[in-house]
Amino acid sequence: MVSIDYYLALSAVLFIIGAMGFLIRRNAIIIFMSVELMLNSANLLFIAYARMYESLNGQIFVFFVMAVAAAEVAVGLALIVVIFRTKHSIDVDEINLLKG
Amino acid sequence: MIPDIILFAILAVVAVASALGMLLSRDAVYSALNLILNFATVAVFYLLLDAPFIALTQVTVYAGAIMVLFLFVIMLLGAERLRTKSTLSWQQPAAIILGIILLLEAIYVIFFRPGTQPEVGEVAAGFGSPAAVGELLFNKYLLPFEVTSILLLAAIVGAIVLTLRRDKSQEADVETENVNGID
Repeated sequence: MVSIDYYLALSAVLFIIGAMGFLIRRNAIIIFMSVELMLNSANLLFIAYARMYESLNGQIFVFFVMAVAAAEVAVGLALIVVIFRTKHSIDVDEINLLKG
Repeated sequence: MIPDIILFAILAVVAVASALGMLLSRDAVYSALNLILNFATVAVFYLLLDAPFIALTQVTVYAGAIMVLFLFVIMLLGAERLRTKSTLSWQQPAAIILGIILLLEAIYVIFFRPGTQPEVGEVAAGFGSPAAVGELLFNKYLLPFEVTSILLLAAIVGAIVLTLRRDKSQEADVETENVNGID
C-alpha cells in the first residue's frame, strides 16, 4: 500500500476542486455536486486514516457521512425544484430577493 | 510496492481529471457523468484501502442513488445550460484567487509539517468486511445508527412537503381573500 501522504494530497486536491466549483459555477445543481465532491474527498481521507490506524471507526464514520449526504441531497434537490418553480431559473445570481 | 504506486497514480489521474471535468463542463449532464466516474474511482481507492463494504456502499449510494437523483432533476428542470452572463464581475477572479490560496495552504500543511506518518502495517483478515463493520455498527454505534433513521425520515418528509403542489391550499387562500374582499 502506498504512503498515506499520497492519499492526503489527492484528497486535498479533490477538496480544492470542489471548493473552486462551489465558488465559480452559477448553476445551483453544479454547486450542489461540488459539495458532494468535497464530502467525498473528506470520506477518502477518513478511509485512508482508518487503514493507517487499523481501526474501523473511520469506516463507520464514512457510513454515517453517506447517510447524511443522501438526506441532504434529497432535501437540497427538492429545494432546487421549488426555486425553479417560482423563479424559472436555477442561476444562483438570480436568487437575490433579499438584496437591498 | 512499485505496481501499487503505478495503480495509485493512474487512479489519481482519473479522479482529478474527472473532478476537473465536473468543474469545467458547460453542460450539467456532462458534469454529473464526470462526477459518477469520480465516485467510481474513489470506490476503487476504498477497495485498495481495505474497505470493501464502504466501497460497495459508495457505488450503490453515491454513484447509484444520489447521482441518478441529480440526473433526474437536471433533466426534469431542463437546466443543462445557463446563460454565462454573471451579475457579479469580480466574483470569479476572487474565487480563483481564494482557491489558489487554499491550495497553497494545503501544500504547506502537507509538505512542511513536522514529523512523519508512521509506517502502514498489514491489517487482519476481514478488516472492513460487512461482518466487521456491522458488528461495530450494531454494538458501539447503535444509537447514532438509530438517529440516522430519524434523519432519513425527516429528509423524506421534507422532500415530499417541499415539492408538494399546493394547488388546493392556494385555491383556499384565494377564496379567503375573496371573502375578505366582500366583507
